[in-house]
Formats: sequence, structure tokens, C-alpha cells
Amino acid sequence: MKFEEIKRQAQSRWQAIWNDQTPVILVGTATCGRAAGALEVLQAIKATAQKQNLNCLIYEVGCMGHCYAEPLVTLRKPGFPSICYGHVSPVLAENLLTNLILNDDPSLEFVLGALEENDLIPSFSDFPRSKYEKRILLRNCGRINPEEIEHYVANGGYESLSKALQMKPVEIVSEVKRSKLRGLGGAGFPAGEKWEVCRRSEEEPKYLICNGDEGDPGAFMDRAILESDPHSVIEGMVIAGYAIGARHGYIYVRAEYPLAVQRVQNALIQAEKFKFLGENILGSDFSFDIKLFQGSGAFVCGEATALIASIEGKPGMARHRPPRVAVQGLFGKPTVLNNVKTLAYVPHIIKNGADWFLQTGTERSKGTAVFALAGKVVNTGLVEVPMGTTLRQLIFQVGGGVIKGKRFKAVQIGGPSGGCLPQSALNLPIDFDSLQESGAMMGSGGMVVLDEDDCMVEVARYFLDFTQKESCGKCTLCRLGTKQMLDILEDITKGRGKMEDLETLEELAEDIKQGSLCGLGRTAPNPVLTTLRYFREEYEAHIKEGRCPALMCQTLIAYYILPDKCARGCDACVGTCTVEAISTDKKRRIKVIDQEKCVKCNTCLVACPPQYDAVIRLSPSNKVPKAG
Amino acid sequence: MSTEEAEIKEKTRAVLEGVGSKRENLIPILQKIQEELGYLPPHVMIEVARFLNISEIDVYSVATFYNQFRLTPPGKHSIRVCMGTACHVKGGHITLAAWQRRLKIRPGETSPDREFDLDTVACVGCCAMAPVSVVDKKVEAKADPTRVDGILLSYQLQKEEEKENN
Repeated sequence: MKFEEIKRQAQSRWQAIWNDQTPVILVGTATCGRAAGALEVLQAIKATAQKQNLNCLIYEVGCMGHCYAEPLVTLRKPGFPSICYGHVSPVLAENLLTNLILNDDPSLEFVLGALEENDLIPSFSDFPRSKYEKRILLRNCGRINPEEIEHYVANGGYESLSKALQMKPVEIVSEVKRSKLRGLGGAGFPAGEKWEVCRRSEEEPKYLICNGDEGDPGAFMDRAILESDPHSVIEGMVIAGYAIGARHGYIYVRAEYPLAVQRVQNALIQAEKFKFLGENILGSDFSFDIKLFQGSGAFVCGEATALIASIEGKPGMARHRPPRVAVQGLFGKPTVLNNVKTLAYVPHIIKNGADWFLQTGTERSKGTAVFALAGKVVNTGLVEVPMGTTLRQLIFQVGGGVIKGKRFKAVQIGGPSGGCLPQSALNLPIDFDSLQESGAMMGSGGMVVLDEDDCMVEVARYFLDFTQKESCGKCTLCRLGTKQMLDILEDITKGRGKMEDLETLEELAEDIKQGSLCGLGRTAPNPVLTTLRYFREEYEAHIKEGRCPALMCQTLIAYYILPDKCARGCDACVGTCTVEAISTDKKRRIKVIDQEKCVKCNTCLVACPPQYDAVIRLSPSNKVPKAG
Repeated sequence: MSTEEAEIKEKTRAVLEGVGSKRENLIPILQKIQEELGYLPPHVMIEVARFLNISEIDVYSVATFYNQFRLTPPGKHSIRVCMGTACHVKGGHITLAAWQRRLKIRPGETSPDREFDLDTVACVGCCAMAPVSVVDKKVEAKADPTRVDGILLSYQLQKEEEKENN
């Protein structure tokens, strides 16, 4: 079948869904939706439709990026715009459905926004954040069913592949080169250059690998794209394979992402069925296959040479470069390895041309960047903004600022390889080079917002603990140096630090950077260095006074109930204490915490009703008055 | 040979039948075996080494390098506490401490009655729902110490119900 015919068929089916008189229901069932209970909601919707005998179409879709409001359900009834509802429970879903479909009542009080502009309901494009957003990679996410290839095709999918196959491979490479597309996995290496080196090599066969080993804790962009729009990545891979002259491709997905694995698998089968993959793609001479490889939970495998070792069936250890992977990669053959987002960008560049891509972004970083906003920010979720957007715009305008009206303290960018940037860095434009200069790095795009309750020493310790455990052990300085740094940081968070430790930390950090082969070791000290640079006074408070200013380091704090604030008759803290450490002092009729028993789990502080607000944390821990 | 051993042997054979004996199949083979058995028993690793014609230590080094593989039998229910950044700043370590306190085991261990095994996971990518625990493949959002008690209570009730029905 010709591509035009496939497209026509897909489009007519797609239009039939939306133009018909039948109501359409979309339920977001990506992993974050499922965590919030989307599958139960889906079940309730199906049951309601059956019970009420409603004639409607129910689809599962991916992630719309509004993770803070999951589970999300979108209802569309002819005559109404497509309305998206947030925080939907099974009971609410049943009501929404019957209200809209049977009674023409759009339940305005539960509406999050409409998908398209209309006179009835504010649409997502009216949200203040939409001024800053530019959805290119996330365009289809949450709008199409990721398990239906025709939904993707109807929305312009595989058109670029059809176009690319009419072009010469060298033309594609030069177009990607001209677009200045940089690797969106974090390091920002120009994609076109990699492609060219590999294309020119005379060795055969050549391999293409899509790196979906998104190991940065706090990052979930690749997961969302693979779960919500897997075909965009597959299309990019086939085009890249054609351009560099590869016959085989691998898509490396973390085993911790079971749903992404399942949806990619399904997408591969469908793509093959439609001749977008396999022998003689779309009737051309070009053949290309893709194998799915599940990563086994090793952070270091995000690094190119370690990932390749892992596909070869060996422990994921990095090796010395050069030779570059493009010259000698998988099984010793020329290999191009690109991140999920980089490859997902390829179809857009082929379709719209390099000039279109060059219009967005900054001088040296073009296009958009996808970020996973998490931590103490109001609108957690996925956002896509043009390169050059400032951190302030991203966190406050798009993210809605810090939760519970707390004070912003820092933003952690780039995971264990990145750093913590303070308030003063908020006007920094987000691009590869500015972030690197500030001591952080773009990383894969995880962005965790920290507020006044987060201890920067503890955050640095956390990341080092992570990299120390994930170090593959090949380079001595990475293996042992990080252990030394971790021991020092642990001492500091437990109040046993010395002032000279800070110099030792800085010295070790430099040595580890110098003496490690791969990116893991070379960037591991970044969280420590940036916190030392921007938050040195917190380290000093821990060392000199045994005090944790953010009241987070457990050894240095104690929980205490203020006698004059405690409501006496109220038993909230006693009931919730997980270790029965709180009791009533009969004489004074107040609640008292037994410091010996207390495990500092914070439950009583959450349980104490806000009008009393009697539970507090004190640091250093010996500040607790003896009598109580 | 006990029935359990025979079963393990049978399942291993079934996995190996479906794949080629190239070295690059090692990780997929181990993944499939673990999916079937829940862990990698030593004699199974030896069999895999023979099948791929590589030394036993090569299989062992892969099995111990990657976090996904476990060498001891799992419990009936698996608990994975997410240690991602977002979970950490929202109290992931406190959640882990709560699980440890209730189950009286440390990460990587199985409870003596074989009901639960506890482990940590680097990040499951549900950062917007932090802190997260994955209980029997289901992601539990906002799993604080109170929720931990709730989850354990529901398993206990389920178990008692099963007992009554039998």
C-alpha cells in the first residue's frame, strides 16, 4: 500500500471519531496517571457506559503533562468543546459522564480546561503558562492513543519518513547538521556531526541506538514520550538509520518503565505491519529493523559505551574514548547513539526544514527543551519550552511557583550530574552553555524545586550517595573518591564535621573530575561543588553549631510540642504516631513526645491541626526543654 | 530432586529453548528467568553459562552488576521504595524507614515469613506523585508512613479473609 493511501485511510478514521455524533472519552493512563488511580477511573467509565447504555468511544491516551491534576479525563460531546477534567475519581467520573452525555451539563466546577478555544470554557491556550510553552515533542502526548498507529499517522505521522525516503541520505545528514540539533540527552553534542562520522565510515554493518535509559532520579520526560507517543521515536529512528546507512537499530528502555516497554513493543509490531519498519520500507530499497532492549537498572548505562557493553551482554562499564562510538561502537562497528528526544525531533526537522528549527531557541542551543518539573512546585509535570526561557519563567510562570507559599531556595537541574542553583541564578536562560557555566548542566531535563525546608548539605549527600552506589567501579577515583566524599558529607549531616573537611571535599571533587573516564565520575561532584559554592553557610552551620538550618537532617533535629499551643483535648498526634512515642502528661494535661522513642517521621507535625500548629522541629536537638 | 527444583529446571529449559546462544542474549535470558522464577538460583546461572558457552563468572558478574537481578527468592509481595530526588525531598527516606520498622527487614531482604521483600529503586519516574512506593507492580502515590500502615493493614485483612474462606 502506498503511504498516501495509508494516510488517507487513517485520516478518515480519525475524522470519523471526532466528527461523528458519538461522544468520545479520553483517559490518561500513562504511569503517573495510573499512580493516581487512572485505571480505576477507566473501569468506572466503562462500567457507567455499559450500565447507562451510552453509545460512546473510550480511548486510553498518554500523558498531557499536567501530572499535578492526575487522573485526567477528557470528554467530548458533539456541540461541546473537548473538556478536560482533573483529579477525577471513579465516582466523579461516573457523574461527569452522565451529567454531560445524558443531561448536557458540563459540570463546570470540575473543569481543568478545554482542549480547543471556545466561548463556553477557558481553554488550555488561555492559561498563562501557555504563553511560555511550545509543544513540539509533546504535541501528540495525551491527545492520541499511543497503541493506535493510525492516530499517529492521521496527525502527520510517518509523513517525514515518506519524504526522507525520497531524499538522498547525505541530504538528510546535512539538513540535520544545518539545523544545529544538539543531543537532548544532556551533553548537547551536535547530532549531525555524529551522523556524518558514522555515515562516512566504510565499516559494515552500522548500528543506530536510541538511548531511553533515563536513569536520572527526578526525570521522566523520555518515559512520558515513549508511553504517550512511541511512534514519533520510531519514525525518527528509521530516518536516522536511513541517513547513516544502518540496517539494525536498538531501542534501549529501562526495565523500571514496564509500561513504556509494553507500548514500544506494541508500536514496533504495528510499524512493521504498516511497512514503516522491516524489509523494503514503504516499497523502497531500504530495510531497517529495531530490537527492544530492556536496561537492567544501572544508572551508568546512560553513558554511551556502558550502554553498548550492556547490549553486548556484559557488565555496563564505560571504556576509554577515542575511538568514538561513531567509529567503533556496538560489536566494534560504527554506531550512532541518540537520546529519545533527539530522535523524536528528527521527523519535525525533516518535515519543516532546518530553517524552521533554527527560528526557536538561543544562538547556540536551538529548538525546545522538555523538562520534568517536580519537587516543591505547584504544577508538577512535563513542560516543553523554547531554549533560552529563564528559570524564573519556567518555575514561577509555568510551574506556578513554590507549594504552600514557602520560600524558594534552589532548583536542582540535571540530576546527579547537575547542580543546585540558588535564587540569584533564576534569571539564567536555560540552554546548554549557560547552565554549564553556572556549575550545573542541562542533563536529561529533570528539574526539582527545593524550598526552605530542604537542606542543601543533605541534598548533596543524597546525590553523592546515589552516584557512589551507581559507580561501575572501573576508575579508582570515582570508586573510592566518591566514597570518601560521601563519608565526609555523612559526618557533616550528623554533626561530626570539621571545617577542614570542606577543603578536602573541594580537593577530592577536582581529583574525581580529572581522574574518571566517563560522564558519571566527571560530573558526580557537581551537586557538592554547587552547594558549596552557593550555600556554604549551611555547611558551616552544620559543622560549627551542630544545627541544620532547614530542619531536615534527622540526627540534628528533635520534634517538640509547644505546651502553650497544644490544644490538650485533641488527640490527633497521639493517634497518628507510628511508634507510640506521644502520650498525655496527666499533670499538665498536655501531649509530650518521648525523645527516646521518637523516630522523627514527621507524621505528628502533619497531623497537628493548623489552627494549633503546636508540633515544631528544633535544631540542634538539645534545644528541647528538659521538662517537656 | 524436589518438586521445586524440578520446576525450576523445567522453567529454565523453557526459557532457553526460545532463544539463540549468542552472548548478547545473556541479559534478556536472565531477565526472562527472573520473571519466571522471581530470582536467579546459582545452579540456573551455571546452566545459562553452559548454554551460552561462556564461563560461569561472566554470568555471575552480570547478575551482580545490575540492580534488577536478585539472587535470593523474593517474598510473596514485593515492595520497592522510590529513592528518586523528588521522592527524597518529599520524605522518601522516611517512608523507607517506616517500611523497615514495620517489616523488620532491611532493603534487599525478605521477611522471615516470606510474605514481603523490601528494596529500593532509583526512580520510577512518577516524580509528580512523590513519595512513591511500588507495591506488587502497582505504583502507590503519596506513600507516607501512615499510608505504609494502611497498605500493610489491607494485606493483613486480605490474608485473614483468605484464611476464613478456606
